[in-house]
Amino acid sequence: MLTILFDGIAYGMLLFVLAVGLAVTMGLMNFINLAHGAFAMVGGYITVLLMQRAGVPFLACLPLAFLGAALLGAVLERTLYRPLYHRPHLDQVLFSIGLVFMAVAGFDYFIGSTQQIMQLPEWLKGRTEIGSGDWILGMGHYRIFIIVVCAALTVALQYILAKTRFGSRLRASVDDQRVAAGLGINVNLVFLSTFAVGSGLAGLGGALGIEVLGLDPTFPLKFMVYFLIVVAVGGTSSITGPLLAALLLGIADVAGKYYIPKLGAFIVYCLMIVILIWRPQGLFVRKGGK
Amino acid sequence: MDAQTSLLQRSRWKAWEPAIWLIGFAAPLLAAQHSLIVNEIAIVALFAMSLDLILGFTGIVSLGHAAFLGFGAYSAALFAKHINPDPTLGLLVAAATTTVLGAACSLTIMRGTDLTRLMVTLGVGLILLELANKLDWLTGGADGLQGVVMGPVLGKFEFDLQGQTAAWYSLVVTFVLFVLMRRLVNSPFGATLMAVRDNRLRAMAIGIPVSARLAVIYTIAAGVAGVAGGLLAQTTGFASLDVFAFDRSADVMLMLVIGGTGWLYGGVAGAVVFKLLQDTLSAITPQYWMFWIGLFLVILVLVGRERLLRPWTWFGKKAKQS
Repeated sequence: MLTILFDGIAYGMLLFVLAVGLAVTMGLMNFINLAHGAFAMVGGYITVLLMQRAGVPFLACLPLAFLGAALLGAVLERTLYRPLYHRPHLDQVLFSIGLVFMAVAGFDYFIGSTQQIMQLPEWLKGRTEIGSGDWILGMGHYRIFIIVVCAALTVALQYILAKTRFGSRLRASVDDQRVAAGLGINVNLVFLSTFAVGSGLAGLGGALGIEVLGLDPTFPLKFMVYFLIVVAVGGTSSITGPLLAALLLGIADVAGKYYIPKLGAFIVYCLMIVILIWRPQGLFVRKGGK
Repeated sequence: MDAQTSLLQRSRWKAWEPAIWLIGFAAPLLAAQHSLIVNEIAIVALFAMSLDLILGFTGIVSLGHAAFLGFGAYSAALFAKHINPDPTLGLLVAAATTTVLGAACSLTIMRGTDLTRLMVTLGVGLILLELANKLDWLTGGADGLQGVVMGPVLGKFEFDLQGQTAAWYSLVVTFVLFVLMRRLVNSPFGATLMAVRDNRLRAMAIGIPVSARLAVIYTIAAGVAGVAGGLLAQTTGFASLDVFAFDRSADVMLMLVIGGTGWLYGGVAGAVVFKLLQDTLSAITPQYWMFWIGLFLVILVLVGRERLLRPWTWFGKKAKQS
């Protein structure tokens, strides 16, 4: 039982890192970006290719996955996304679905449609077990690693958002773009860097998640729903909302698949619809704001 | 011009409209070997028009419209397999069941932002997909529902291998529903829908019951999509999980956008262009046609939906974006 809880938390943390960029950009620019998973896939493929073809060690790949996805995010934001911020949501949905389709077919063409396998380093393999009987807690070392990395990232993000000058600029831009711009904040630059960091985090999450979520060209389509659930349920105004939503989703999904495999992902979707009918703006919404 | 004449003028049949339908009905006769694709186009055109009712006329962004197509397809197929193989009866059953489902689902789209609605519609589609997958004793699971044998249409016209009967059957149903929908959107009721789309707050202020309107149109659109699904299952004699897939919802949205939203012929034009494009592109690159569709979508949005499809505006002064 504890093992399932533990796996669920690891899964949830991973989802959080994958989706937090989406939450921030969606709250910031009110842009429905279905193509977020494509950045995660880019990060995943960077890692796999570097490890398989260039023999780069796993730990060195993670920052590279982050940088690669962030760079791509920055370029795309500047060239393609920016003109669309003030368009209707239908346009944004169509545009990002188009990007997803292109990414799926593109990776299929260049790398092939097979599931990619990652060779973990020795020190991340294996399991530790604590306790016995019903309360046994089995922790895969890699899951511990994921939790540690993601927790560190969460703390760092929270610190940046709450304490630094950039964080206050970002929060000001989220609350009211026009006033923020009037106060001399370069809103465009804030948007650009946030988008890049968000994409980078997705890339990092994609790299970390190869072992847990799998990686093939349909990745963005398969997990799009999960990212969107995290954002829609968690709300877009803070990071704690998506964090709690991601943990909830992770635990519900792992537990649901373990205890009632017949129902599969059914529970998660039903839960989402019920929550969204009950609280259409998400579970954790700050009062006020936009 | 008062309101009545302007409404009446819009509902008048233009000279080119009968021509389009005549061409449609003549197609299976003139090009009998292409009857199957004519049939398919008629069905997706109906499906696209049903999405147009909620997306183009009412402004609800839905990513799960395939839920109703799939539900209609499975109801028609199951009805034919277990109860009665008569197509007309099956179609009525498919319409009735999806209308009920649509009425239930219309409760979910009342509140929240575009994102919430997007998620809820997507979620309903996924739940139905999941259900159809897991209830394998009823639906055949991932293998699809096989062994559906249809009786002759109206007891006279057998479905033939070439698909001529199927094409005419689908065309007739599509045409009848088109006339009804055309009547609906050009009525005062349709005008209130467009008012809701353009400004919900003002629509509420002039006394339009917004929630009731949304519920009614969502239910109707679901029913029409269900009929499209029923046609699909009946004319192919098969229902598979693929009818619920996300691609279907995305494709139909794309068709509508190609043809133009808020215009019933948009669905028809989009369906024709999309199906022909799909046929050609997948003949050239069977595996990667998704890429070209994606590229097309990106360009379409970047250039502007209104501009790309109206070449004469390319060189004029850029229209002011509102």
